[in-house]
Amino acid sequence: MKLDVIFRVVAKIFIPFMLVFALYVQFHGDFGPGGGFQAGVVAAAMVIFYAIIFGLEAAQKVFPPRIIELMVPAGVGIFAGVGVLGLLLGENYLNYSPLAHDPAHGQEYGIILVEIGVLVTVAGTMVAIFYSFIGRGR
Amino acid sequence: MDLLQEIVAHYNHWIIIFLMVSGLYIVVARGNMIKKLVGLGLFQTSVYLLYLSPGKILGGTPPIISEHFTVYSNPLPHVLILTAIVVGVATLALGLALVVRINEAFGTIEEDEIFAGEEDE
Amino acid sequence: MVLLTLLAAITIGIIRMRNLFAVVVLGGIYSFLMASVMIVLDAVDVAMTEASVGAGISTVLMLGALYLTKTQETEPAHRLLLPFFVAVATGAVLVFGTFALPPFGAAETPMNLHVAPYYLENSIRDTLVPNVVTSVLSSYRGFDTLGETTVIFTAGIAVLLLLKGKRGVKPGPKRRRVRR
Repeated sequence: MKLDVIFRVVAKIFIPFMLVFALYVQFHGDFGPGGGFQAGVVAAAMVIFYAIIFGLEAAQKVFPPRIIELMVPAGVGIFAGVGVLGLLLGENYLNYSPLAHDPAHGQEYGIILVEIGVLVTVAGTMVAIFYSFIGRGR
Repeated sequence: MDLLQEIVAHYNHWIIIFLMVSGLYIVVARGNMIKKLVGLGLFQTSVYLLYLSPGKILGGTPPIISEHFTVYSNPLPHVLILTAIVVGVATLALGLALVVRINEAFGTIEEDEIFAGEEDE
Repeated sequence: MVLLTLLAAITIGIIRMRNLFAVVVLGGIYSFLMASVMIVLDAVDVAMTEASVGAGISTVLMLGALYLTKTQETEPAHRLLLPFFVAVATGAVLVFGTFALPPFGAAETPMNLHVAPYYLENSIRDTLVPNVVTSVLSSYRGFDTLGETTVIFTAGIAVLLLLKGKRGVKPGPKRRRVRR
């Protein structure tokens, strides 16, 4: 896939910023709009952008389908695992209070961990769906 | 004056109903499967608006706590719809995958042609 | 109100358009307008999601599906009047129902007096998170979100099952006869 050089240069400039924006949305989600769902979609959009400009093979070299497909169950696992952690520490399932020295901080850490789980699942699923749609056409 | 107030108070509901009904019309009347999925999407977004618009409070701000504001809009519908959007795109992808497989099996995505092809045999 | 009217106009465009490519692009515009409406309705988190999901990912997926199928819709042959009548009748009944609903922007509706004030008052104390949407999403209603994540997981697995692997037997009547 030979595309115009302008596309390639612009894409190379933009992609790191897209990743940084996804992480900003992820970790600033406690204080402003954002969170795991949005950050996952933005991260997936970055991969899709890369695949559109540089071709599917190049994208699959950087983000191998095996790892992407592992991300799909891993995120659900993180989410459920945090719930089980609360259970093991003597509270109800998905109650994050005992994760830190006082309940409020525990809730905050729990939210951050859970959002990471959501991010992993959403990004993995979106990229996996995109790969399978595009891979079908070849 | 009363009529004008009534219109302003219910305009959002009427637009929501219009979107919902047009989604319904597309799903029922059109045989093309991708068009049907677009119609389902219209229906879905009208439901998002239906949830969000009663949660808005006039003079309120987005529900991010700060000392400068006292009135916030209702955060609960935001949470429900936020997850619904992402689930919506996942199910849309599932529908599109089914359409792609139907196209491979029958060579068409028009409902009428699929039925006609089945009757031929 | 202007934005809502624009949404309605785009919907009419989507109904009338026969070229599926144009329909998908109009769908992207529709999603961006929807995101603007959501910002007006104070739902900033939702607007962000709609802009990235509705206008970004789902447009790309639709285009991918169009690439694998056809981009032109055939003329509908018959029976356009009945669906139209059903749609108009449903709409009329629903519009009649709206007159009993509380007006737009009212603060004293049951929905705004039940659990929402609790979340708004206690979010900082319970979770130290000022964005109430985030705290409700992952803490107060963590079970909901776990369920939604599972749905996304399931849908992703289903798409992979449907589309991964080798292409089946050649398309056309041959394949169907094999199955019979």
